[in-house]
Order: sequence, then C-alpha cells, then structure tokens
Amino acid sequence: MNDERPNPDQLLEKINKEAEKEKRGRLKIFFGACAGVGKTFAMLSTARLLRQEGLDVIVGIVETHGRIATQAQIAGLDVLPLKKLYYRERELTEFDLDAALVRKPELILVDELAHSNVEGSRHPKRWQDVEELLAAGIDVYTTLNVQHIESLNDVVGQITGIRVSETIPDKVFDIADEVTLVDLPADELLQRLQDGKVYQAQQAERAGKSFFRKGNLIALREMALRRTADRVDSQMREYRSNSSIRQVWQAKDRLLVCVGIDAESERLVRVAARLAQSLKSDWIAVYVETPHLQRLSSKQRNLILKTLKLAETLGAETATLSGTKVAEVVLNYARSRNVSKLVVGKSTRTTLERLMLPGVVDDLTNQATDIDLHVVSRERTLAEKFVGITDSLDNSTQGSEGINFTGYYYAACLCAVTALIAAPLLDYFELTNVVMLYLLGVILISFKYGRGPGIFSSLISVATFDFFFVPPRMSFSVSDTQYLLTFSVMLIVALVISNLTANLRYQVMVAMNREKRSRALYDLGKALASALTAEHIIEISAHHLSGIFKSKVAILLPDAQEKVVYTSLNRISDVKIDPSFDIDLGVAQWVYDHQQQAGFGTDTLPSTTALYLPLQAPMRTRGVLVILPDNHLSKNNRTIFLPEQRQLLDTFSSQIAIAIERVHYVEVAQDALVSMETERLRNSVLSAISHDLNTPLTTIVAAASWLKQETNTDDKRYEYVVMLNEQSMRMKNLVINLLDMARLQSGKVKLNKQWQLVEEVVGTSLRTMKEVLAKHSIVIDMPKELPLIEFDAVLIDRVLCNLLDNATKYSPAGNRIFISARKQRNDVWISVADEGLGLPGNLENQIFEKFTRGEKESSTAGVGLGLSICKAIVEAHDGKIWAHNKPPHGAIFTFSLPLGTPPSLPNDDEL
Amino acid sequence: MTNIIGNIILIEDELQIRRFVSAALENENFQVYCAETGKQGLIEIGTRKPDAVILDLGLPDMDGLEVIKDTRNWSNVPIIILSARTQETEKVAALDAGADDFVTKPFGTPELLARLRAQLRRRAMLGEVSNQGAHVFGNIVVDLSKRLVLKNSQTVHLTPIEFRLFTELVKNAGRVVTQRQLLKEVWGPSYVENEHYLRIYMSHLRQKLEDDPTQPEHFITEIGIGFRFI
Repeated sequence: MNDERPNPDQLLEKINKEAEKEKRGRLKIFFGACAGVGKTFAMLSTARLLRQEGLDVIVGIVETHGRIATQAQIAGLDVLPLKKLYYRERELTEFDLDAALVRKPELILVDELAHSNVEGSRHPKRWQDVEELLAAGIDVYTTLNVQHIESLNDVVGQITGIRVSETIPDKVFDIADEVTLVDLPADELLQRLQDGKVYQAQQAERAGKSFFRKGNLIALREMALRRTADRVDSQMREYRSNSSIRQVWQAKDRLLVCVGIDAESERLVRVAARLAQSLKSDWIAVYVETPHLQRLSSKQRNLILKTLKLAETLGAETATLSGTKVAEVVLNYARSRNVSKLVVGKSTRTTLERLMLPGVVDDLTNQATDIDLHVVSRERTLAEKFVGITDSLDNSTQGSEGINFTGYYYAACLCAVTALIAAPLLDYFELTNVVMLYLLGVILISFKYGRGPGIFSSLISVATFDFFFVPPRMSFSVSDTQYLLTFSVMLIVALVISNLTANLRYQVMVAMNREKRSRALYDLGKALASALTAEHIIEISAHHLSGIFKSKVAILLPDAQEKVVYTSLNRISDVKIDPSFDIDLGVAQWVYDHQQQAGFGTDTLPSTTALYLPLQAPMRTRGVLVILPDNHLSKNNRTIFLPEQRQLLDTFSSQIAIAIERVHYVEVAQDALVSMETERLRNSVLSAISHDLNTPLTTIVAAASWLKQETNTDDKRYEYVVMLNEQSMRMKNLVINLLDMARLQSGKVKLNKQWQLVEEVVGTSLRTMKEVLAKHSIVIDMPKELPLIEFDAVLIDRVLCNLLDNATKYSPAGNRIFISARKQRNDVWISVADEGLGLPGNLENQIFEKFTRGEKESSTAGVGLGLSICKAIVEAHDGKIWAHNKPPHGAIFTFSLPLGTPPSLPNDDEL
Repeated sequence: MTNIIGNIILIEDELQIRRFVSAALENENFQVYCAETGKQGLIEIGTRKPDAVILDLGLPDMDGLEVIKDTRNWSNVPIIILSARTQETEKVAALDAGADDFVTKPFGTPELLARLRAQLRRRAMLGEVSNQGAHVFGNIVVDLSKRLVLKNSQTVHLTPIEFRLFTELVKNAGRVVTQRQLLKEVWGPSYVENEHYLRIYMSHLRQKLEDDPTQPEHFITEIGIGFRFI
C-alpha cells in the first residue's frame, strides 16, 4: 500500500467537519485544575479585550463567588438577565437560554460548563445549553475544571476521595475549538485560598480541609496539564494529516466493549473509553440480551440502561443485541462492524467452574481468532464501592416486581391433590408409581408458573411423599434407608425437570415476544403501505402504537411555516382524549427543529410527562411523534423505555416517517405535474400573444408611420394620421410591457448581466425615447467617474424607458426632465425626475403595484404596468426602486443597483 | 415602373407585412421580389442579383441564420434582418454570421427605409472606405492611412487601441458590429468575453469625438447587441 496516499475518507471527513464548523459557533474552554485558579477571571479579561475591539459580547451567566477582582471584570460588559424559576416553592435563577438565542450576540460567556440546570429547564445540563448556542452560530466562552470531565471523573474520585456528580461528556471537551489552560501552582493556589481570594473565609476553611490538600492539588494540576497536552498532541497529529506532512494511512481501530449486569460494568465502560481515546478510535458498547438475562429484575435492567447511557456520554455508540449464545452474537456483530479490539470483564468464576461450564470470556477466547481480546481485571474493593453508589442511585427508580404467590399456592394444592389421589391407589400400585405422579405434578407446575414454584413443588412433593407414603406413614422418619436414595433421586429429577421446563417456558415466551414484535412491525408496515394520505398515516400509526405501547399517541406534522401543529386528525383516532394528554407544542417544535428526542426519559426536559420523538425520514424530519404512557402517573412505569421497546419504537417512528415522506413525494410529484401543465399553458398563451398580437401590430405601426410620412401637413387628414401614428406607438409600448410582465412573472427571465456604463444605457434609452421626449428638455447630471456596474442592459434600458415615458405623461410639454446618477455607499442611485403634478399623497409605494395609476380614470394613457415592470426588473438585480415628491413640484423616481467588484480594466495603452 | 433604383428581395412569411413592406418599397422606386420561405428566398437571391435583402429571422421552413450563412458563401449583398424584440441572441448570431443591420418588429416604415438607404449608400462607397483618403462623418474627418482624426477641424489624439477600435468602426460605418466582432478584431480572439473593455474605450472615443457624450450622434450603442458608427 502506498504510504503517501491521503485517505479519501479522512479528507471527506475533514471537509464535512469544516463545513459544519463554519455554520456553528466556536467554543473556547478556559480549563483549569480546580476552582480558584482564575478561569473566570481569564475568560472575562479576554472578553473585555474583544469588547473593546467592537465585538458584540454578552455575559450569559458568570458566577463570581463574591470574588472582588472577578466582579470588577464584569463591569462594562452587557449582562443577560437570569431566568427565574420556581422549584419546590423556592425561587431559583438560571441561565436564560431562550433570551440568549433571541439576543443572538456574536460571543456569549457561559461560566461552569458542567453545571446541572435547575429542574424545569429545557436541558438538564448546561453543556447542552451551550451546544444549542453553538448550533445557533453563537460563539461561546466557558470554563471547566478537570474533575468534571466524565472519563477522568472516577480517577479524580480515587485521588481526592470526592466524586462530583456534575460531569460533561469528553466529546464536548474534545470538539471545543480552543482550550486555554489556566494554570496556577499548588502553593500559590493554597496561598490564595488562605487569603480568602477563592472562597469566603468560612467556606475556605471547610473546603481547605477536604479537597484543597496540597497532594490533591498537585495531582489535579498534573491531570489538567496532561489532558491539555493530549489535546495539543492530537491537534498536532491532525495538523500533520491535514497538511499532508506525512499522510496517515492506517485502518482505524474500532473497539467493542461488552456490558454485563454487574456493577463492574461501569468501570469496564470507563476503561474502554480511556482505551478508545488513547487509540483515537471509535467504540461501541453492546449488551447482549439472552433468555437468561430477560428474567432480570427491572432494577438490574435499569442498571444496564444506565451503563449504556454512560457509555453514550463517554462517546460510544451503543447497541442491544439479542441471542442465546453471547459469544457468537458479539463476534458476529463485531465482525459486521469491523471491530478490531474487544474489551470484556474478567470472569469471577473459579478455574473448576470454568472447566465444567466455560463462560463467555472462554468462548470468546476460543472463537475470536481475528479480533484482539482485552480482558479487564476486577477491582474488588472498588467494585463494592460502586455497588454502593449505584444502589443509592437506584433506590428512586427501583421497580417493585412482587413475587407472584399464585404459583406456590397452586403447587401446594396440586401436591395435596396428588396425595389424595395416590392414597386410595396405594393398595394397587407400587410406591414408585406414586413418585411418577408427583413428578408429573412438578412438570405441570414448572411449565405453568416457572422456576420458583417448580422448585417449591419439587421440595414439597418429596416431603409429602415421605410423610404420607413412605413407611412409617404420617411421619418424616424413614424405616428403610433405601428410601433416602429414592428421595434424593426424586428431588434431583424433579429439580432438573422443573429447571428444564421453566427454561423451555422462557424460550417460548421470548419467541412469542419476538414474534409479537415482528408481527406488530409487519402489521404496521402493511397498513402504512396502503395509506394514501398523511391523515391516513396518522390514523393508522396512532391506532397501532397506542395498542402496542399502551399509550396515547399523537403525530404532529409541520405546516408551511415549518411549525408543527396538532391536527384535528389525531382526535378522530383517539376519541377519548385524556385531559392529561396536553401536548406541549413548544417541546414538539424543539424536537422538530433539533431532530432530537425530548421529554420523559430523555436528556431534554425529562420532567415532561410525554415522550417526543422526531420522525426522521431519509431526506428530512417529517414530524413529531408524541407518546404518553397510559399509566404515566405511576413512577414505576418504564415499559416504553426498556431497550427492546425503545428499539421497536424507533423502528416504528422511522417507518412512519418514511411513509409520510412517501406520501409527501407523491404530492410533490402531482404538484410538479400540475405546475408543468400550467407552465406549458402559460408559455403557449405567451407565444400566442407575442406572435398574434405582434404581427397585426407590426402592420399597423408600419402603415401608420408610412401614412404620416406620405401625408402633406396641410392635408385635412394629417391631424388624424398623426393621431393614428401616436396611438399605434402607444399600443406598441403597451404590448412590449405586457409581454415583459408576463415573462418576468413566469420567472423565466435569465439576467444577461454584463459590466456596463450607466451613461451608455442612459444614452441609448434617450435615443429610443427620442420621439416621446421631443416636447421636453432633458437635463443630465452624471459624474464622469461612475464605476462599471453589472446589470442586464436590455432590462435596465426598459426601466429607464418606462420612467422617461412616465415622466412625459405626467408633466406638461415644455417642462424639464432630469436624469441623474450618483454613487451612494454600496449602490449606484439612478433617478428620473419631472416637474409635473407629483404623486398623490399616499400612493408612493402603491404605484409600483400592477394596474395602479396616480390619477384614477384620467385621460392620460397607460395602465400602470410600466412601474411594476420597473420594480420587477430592479428587484431581480437586487436593487430597490422608490418614488417621492420633489418640492416645489414634480416627482422623483429613483432606483438603486448594487456596486459589485468591477473586473480589472485593460492595460493602459496611453502613448 | 420608371427609374428603378434597386432590386430588393424581401423574405417574410407573414402576408400582411410582406404586402405592406413591398408597397412601401415600391413607392420608393425599388423593385421588390417577395419570398415566403427561406428556400424560395435563396433561389431569388441567386437569380435576381439583388442590391439588398430584407430577411425575417423567423421563417417556417428554415432558420434565417442558415439563409445568411448560405448567402454569405458567395455574396456580399447587404442583408437587413427583421426580428422580434426579445431575440437578442438570434440577432447577435445573425450579425456575426454576416448580416449588416437589423430592424426590430414592430417597426416604422421610415426607419426601415432609412436603414435600407444607409446600406445601399455604404455599398456604393465600399470601394472608397479604405485606408486611402479622408472620410467625413458629420463634423468628424478621418484619414486612416495618415492616422489622422479631426473634429471640427481640430486634431484629436487617439491612443493605439482607441485608434484600432475607431478604424474598425469606420471600416464598418453604417453597419451594426457586434461586441464580439470588435473585441476579436481589436484585442484578439482570446478577449471576446471582456465586454467591459469595449465599454471603456467606446466611452473614451465618445468623450473625444462626440459633442455630448451622453447623447451620442456617431457612436451608437445597440443595447445587448453591439455598436454602430454613423
């Protein structure tokens, strides 16, 4: 392979990145080891400098912590008022994102990137606010401490013994356009702390004891320096690959980490994140759901969701796979995604256990011949610590899956019934057959009620068999020791059977679930395929989804102004409108605009009751799907947020989106057909007019002009001949204007722009209008040094002709008509003025509309088409046209044409 | 039919226009031969030895442009084209192909007659407009061989390029010369896109030779098409 060849993918990625960056605002992070190093101060002083240079800088939110030097820096900068929020009857203030977006400054200062917003804000985290600001094209300056970076969070926690809950994903730090390290040696910081420059006295004492120990500070400083150095290093590498000093040609590593159910997974994910970062590779976190794992309590499942979410915030792509054999599923997926490294946790099982029944890691070791396997060791103490943490986190969300006692009850009953049936039969049958009857009971119970009742049934079967049937009867004592063997064999057989049967039952359930899902998908797909209108799609989707997810469903579609609206169609399908189902159109609009989900269970506005999903079709977002679970009031309801349900929901929403898009394109195609027909009709009418009207007109004009020439001035008829000639000329102009208007309106006029001299066009127009202007005197006022302007001379000539024609019509013969041109900032203004009656007061703008004239029903010829043509032509040149009265009398019509950058002039040939 | 001053061939498919134009021309003592189609027109040109051809660009059987090219293969007869207003590109193509002048429909008879006479006059003195001798255009006198330009008997100094442009215009006096033709002749074939050169130098010539440069009498711009020197 050629080393010098630049990777086309890399180049493309670079171009895409740059294109995206151009639209986005730039993010600059003032990065420090810990509080008090002077990040906010540095940010404010930089901002002040920029403000002095005239940049539109605004302070979004800055926490001064009562530091006087910092407060002084704010003075002189515009400060955005904070938003007041009421939470639990307390008034809290928060950064006002919406106000910032409306104000749209060039640069905004937002302190403490890792801050968590007050509940009820749009985003739970401030960095998400910043993301939105950047997306809106606003530059952002912000501050960040090293312990708030997600991937370093646990390491910092280990060093300092304090873990902060406010973190930002590494991605945010990595994609920042600039990172400035604000550094201060540990001793100086401690000194500042003692001087009360960082925290006010009381706080300082408390903070100093726990966190601000010299050892901590040195470690944090090292970490901040190192993280910044990493960034600079990767920038250097990127620079080298950008400027092709030495093209990098290497397959990109892709890393895959398998997430399990134990608390160790969290550490595993963090390790994988660090590994991926050091390798500069993409990484994927997967969770494989086996039938065995489907039985987990909802608490454990939530833990997995949490781990996957953590992986996402650390920059991973996540996936939930399902299958029976973990190793096989993982490897298949890994191969399909070109994964080169696999990260798994070390098994806790002993060597003996592993020999008996090989675990996932062993399977992977055997099968993963083409993929590197990284087995991550366990840290027992740490793991336990984490269990504590995650448990406490989980308490609020813990699902109460009550044990179902019905199965146990039936197991006991069946045992009693078996005993009753077997008792009279004992005279005819051997004891062994009674054992058979009990085993039958165990099978029935475990098939019907699962493992627990099955095991229970096995145990009580053995007990009742011993009590009622084994001599001595009605006692647990056994006369013949051989029965002990019977008991143990019976127990083993019963347990094995119950286990196997229960497994079978689970597999049937899994298969049924899967079948149900694919059935639902198939049904919806089939129904959507036959839908012909968007209304129909809404109806079908609402009907299907509300059944499957036990939820209220609404679909919001955008109107012509790109605003999502709640159509009445949703009502038809959902007759019993729940009063609690109040759709927040604001949230829906946000979802539509940002193509991100919001609402219950997401990162954005999680306190909303309903879930809002964007309907993303291949071309664009087509609408918003709103889902409100029926039992949304109970805290434990998470049905629609289980991975497989979410996957199903995502699949549904993309199916719906595609269906809407399909219908949309059908409409577009129909519209195109109609407009093509209209266009054809218009063109044929146009050409008919231009031909059929022009031919007789040519004859009339030619005849009239000839007649005039041939008739003697003292002839009685001369007056009429002159009139005939004049009127035929008027008609000629009218037809020209009509045709021009029609052409301009059809949007088919292609400007033939060339660099022109204004005086030349004015000269031509004057020549064209010579006859009309014969009775007026023309005054031209034009500077010699007017630059070349780019315009379509033929059309601008029409504008001038129409304005001149207008001037003669509304000012008496013998008056002067003024033509002037001058440079006015970035435009050239060209005016035609007369000394006539002027414009009637309120008509200054109206006169450019079609068929408007200054004097209604006047005897002056013309239908007012001329000015609207002028307007259309001037606007096609990105210019403006306006009119006003000129004291003492008369009107001025002015139009502007933008000055461009004229092409280079020919070499001077002066000799 | 006394005193016929010239043979004119009129190629026009519209009967009314044809009738009228031929009546007007005959009244001026021209002998007019009419043709309805391009093919017929070419036959007439070949057989009648015309002094001028008036040609409608929109013909039913063939493009007027073809008629011009065909004619120019063997004849220098003046060709005046008739065309609708919006057909700038067609006009330019026709002029580039060798047509001498154009009249836009609807037109006044005096205008057409004036153009026709100008072409006939130009043809008559074609031998004269050469590098030899002085030519008079109103108050401008020019002697190309001596590189002498006089306005109101005063010598006017022209730069080399101005003089080249002026020479080109004088040689084609009375004809419409397209921007392209002028750029090619004066600056060379690679400059045909630089229309603004022409505007600048034409403006210089106007400043030096016209009485009122904003209302020129000699250096006429045919907007969107080219220039005419009269």
